[in-house]
Amino acid sequence: MKLASAEAPPLSGRKLPESHVGDQAFKGLTFGMALAVFGLVILVGYELANGSRLALHQFGWHFLTSTDWDPVQEQFGALPFIFGTLASSVIALFIAVPLSLGTAIFLSELAPLWVQQVLTFFIELLAAVPSVILGLWGIFVMVPWLREHPFPWLRQVFGFLPLFSGPIYGVSLLAGGIIIAIMIVPIITSVSREILRSVPGLEREAAFALGATRWEVTRVAVLSHAKRGLFGAVILGLGRALGETMAVTMVIGNRPEIAKSLFAPSYTLASAVANEFAEATTNLYLSALFELGLVLLGVTVLVNALARLLLKTVAEPAFQ
Amino acid sequence: MSLKTGLPLPAPPGSPEAKAETLGRAGVGIDSKQESYHRWRNVKNGLVQAVTCLCTLAVLLPLALVFNHVLKSGLSAVNLTFFTGLPKPVGEPGGGMANAIVGTFELLGLAALLGVPVGVCGGIFLAEYGSTKLNWWIRFAADVLNGVPSIIWGMVVYALVVVPRKGFSAWAGGIVLGMIIVPLIMRTSEEMLRLVPQGYREAALALGISQWRTLVQIVLRTALRGITTGILLALARVAGETAPLLFTAFGNRFWNHSLNDPIAALPLQIFSYAISPYEDWHRQAWAGALVLLVLVALVNVSVRLLTRERSNRGRLPL
Amino acid sequence: MGVEGGESLMITIKQRWLGGAAIAFLALAGPTRLCAQMLINGAGATFPYPLYSKWFDEYARIDPSVRFNYQSIGSGGGQKQILAQTVDFGASDGPMSDANLASAPAKLLHIPTVAGAVVVTYNVPGLVGLKLDGPTLADIFLGNLTSWDDRRLGALNPGAKLPKMDIVVVHRSDGSGTTYIFTDYLSSVSQDWERKAGRNTSVKWPIGLGAKGNEGVAGQVKQMPGTVGYVELAYAHQNSLPTAAIKNADGNYVTPSVSSVTQALAAAKAGEDFRFSMNNDPGSKSYPIAGATWLLVYERQKDPVKGKKLVEFLNWALTEGQELAAPLDYAPLPQNLQARVLERVKAISY
Repeated sequence: MKLASAEAPPLSGRKLPESHVGDQAFKGLTFGMALAVFGLVILVGYELANGSRLALHQFGWHFLTSTDWDPVQEQFGALPFIFGTLASSVIALFIAVPLSLGTAIFLSELAPLWVQQVLTFFIELLAAVPSVILGLWGIFVMVPWLREHPFPWLRQVFGFLPLFSGPIYGVSLLAGGIIIAIMIVPIITSVSREILRSVPGLEREAAFALGATRWEVTRVAVLSHAKRGLFGAVILGLGRALGETMAVTMVIGNRPEIAKSLFAPSYTLASAVANEFAEATTNLYLSALFELGLVLLGVTVLVNALARLLLKTVAEPAFQ
Repeated sequence: MSLKTGLPLPAPPGSPEAKAETLGRAGVGIDSKQESYHRWRNVKNGLVQAVTCLCTLAVLLPLALVFNHVLKSGLSAVNLTFFTGLPKPVGEPGGGMANAIVGTFELLGLAALLGVPVGVCGGIFLAEYGSTKLNWWIRFAADVLNGVPSIIWGMVVYALVVVPRKGFSAWAGGIVLGMIIVPLIMRTSEEMLRLVPQGYREAALALGISQWRTLVQIVLRTALRGITTGILLALARVAGETAPLLFTAFGNRFWNHSLNDPIAALPLQIFSYAISPYEDWHRQAWAGALVLLVLVALVNVSVRLLTRERSNRGRLPL
Repeated sequence: MGVEGGESLMITIKQRWLGGAAIAFLALAGPTRLCAQMLINGAGATFPYPLYSKWFDEYARIDPSVRFNYQSIGSGGGQKQILAQTVDFGASDGPMSDANLASAPAKLLHIPTVAGAVVVTYNVPGLVGLKLDGPTLADIFLGNLTSWDDRRLGALNPGAKLPKMDIVVVHRSDGSGTTYIFTDYLSSVSQDWERKAGRNTSVKWPIGLGAKGNEGVAGQVKQMPGTVGYVELAYAHQNSLPTAAIKNADGNYVTPSVSSVTQALAAAKAGEDFRFSMNNDPGSKSYPIAGATWLLVYERQKDPVKGKKLVEFLNWALTEGQELAAPLDYAPLPQNLQARVLERVKAISY
């Protein structure tokens, strides 16, 4: 019996002596549908490029390096948004990766089976919470709490660092990072868990036989095999983090400036598009927003491609 | 430990272990380095278990908090009128989100109509036909599409459908959601089809059933349950999308009577109520959020229940 | 799963598929044919949304054959969508620029419906009643005035308890007509502002936090001490937020209210195309930061049936509908302006 691996050759490749019309037609149909993904990729790229034409022509490479976002003077530059997107995603990774990996290890190696199933269910439920609901909770519950308790404490303890200086508004780059972290934890956890589970049981048993404790079994037998896959899971989480829109735009402060501290407000590519797309009155403004979308698409595609390459040789589970 | 006898090896003479053993035999209780090392290993083990357990609790905390708040804020506004009434103007009590709830289902139906055939057929191709190299590229493209932020899909469909047709419509909303779910369904269908044992295909072919019929009537039917759960999960995921619908489905305060007209959707209505200043609308927004969460949670629960027996516990090599 | 008698199995499967497809088709197509109600779509400003939603609800009772579906996606959105002709009418609190108007596929009319006030709201513990004048307000939003206990604020508010606290500015992150009215006022009272930021539905704010929607600003101000922001009158009232009294062109400090806006509207000079500014209007009791809101309709309606219904609605809104404005904190059109607008509506052909 073959392993359900992504590298396995197609299963029904054998041709019958006489090719029926029905066979050919069906194969053609499924082939056409499969090619639809290529069609969609081209469609997305084309529409964005088409929409950005004006701005590309007007600003060229300067668009990526300018920090000027001025709808009145019609000067547009994407650097603050690129910074905001990357910074909030990195902060989210800092918070989410240790928690996710710890949880994945707990779920796959240390917890009894029934606990595993119940907790996995709840974590996947967290993944299903729509972004807008999380954003509502963020702005009405999380941000006020952050402003009153953790942020002042952080400033008290770490205030000498420029990263923790400046006035505290509540809505900030850090709040954006935290809410993204909440959103990407489920995917990193479930992918990591699948990867850890796919390590053959024999490896674990061998380690146990040598007298290792549970943690040592995990460290020696499982983690060393799963390193690449886990890294891929993290990059996958990063890919998701880059594209988050609704929840982020409600808690990040929406200020098109490069934030000098974690408490300062910031702005991401996706938030800018969400806030201003319906509003852009002039063609150049709309085109600049399309170009932001193009930059976002480029960044997410690159990151996701990297993640997939890393996960290539590991048994891929059926995750979203 | 000696491998031959399984007994502890004697300590080398003159070493601290030998001294400790001598002392031990003499009745003096000093731990050897080995014992304290073992104890440290156990402590480490316990620490890691505690830390990872804490990680899990930390991860579940936001879910609990969000659910709690949505429940608290939304429950008071969930009543019969909420499910049967249309939105009312500001200040007038008794409004509801009936059209938004139905609208969400209509949009999901349209999305399924457009996305499921493409996705499932594509999944069939990936699992059954093609070459390894081509399939790798197709999978790669599907994964790339999965990573595209939903707001970009909204921009694309706005430029593609709304502007040329000079109007927002349920069709545009259905198309954008359908596009989002195609790569999702393709990947999950492929995985489910791969789980069908090869023996089924070979038996059918041996009986003289043509290839396409084998795939449709036997392989597809066997994998149908898994594929359905994949479809349900994908639909549950797009049910909560707001951004792409902003520029496509547009929203509607009344019942939608034609697919060429704008249509209301639950996340859209929640969003527009939430950013209003009125307490009554806020309560309704939380109620809508509660309904949406329950809907999505129900789908996930039923999917888990249906696929419980199918969980693969550490694929063993044979 | 027994595969017996392949032929009979095939028929039942085929039948099942056909049946399913038929049901799906009927389910989707059926209800769409049953109702002959017309739907007229509009999009635009959030500023008049509460009033418009009341109007459309009332009008649905008067004329049940038509439904008006309005989505408040912002003034910029309203302008854009009517230019793209994806909606039947647009709504905007900021008049369309000449360039945009020129780019319209046909002649587009600005129909003023009501006027409203943009209020300055704040959260300063212990402070009751804040007085501001134009240049001071501009300096606050430019970042030149950064503390609540600044001497200039003290001079404008003798006897008031102004604490030593940083001023945190809150503005809109999304493009909006409210922003247009506010920045239009700031540009008219401060050359510095006009130079640095200008007047538009979305500007480059020198300082401050961005919040989405009027609610976002109101919510931010409500929750955080030391903040100052601008919202439309209805939002301040609904959230019991304090409003500042602004010095008007005549030199009086006026609090925003329906009557002070009506005063300003009465003094407004509306040109032929009705694209007028109401900021700093003369009048002893006029509120200086106010603006009208417009419905954007094409002079020549393409669909005769829809066009007729739209014109009928406009006539109702500009006459009976005006009575619904004041209870919702909007100022109805004064007599002379109303007459001129009704004349203009007569020019719409369908």
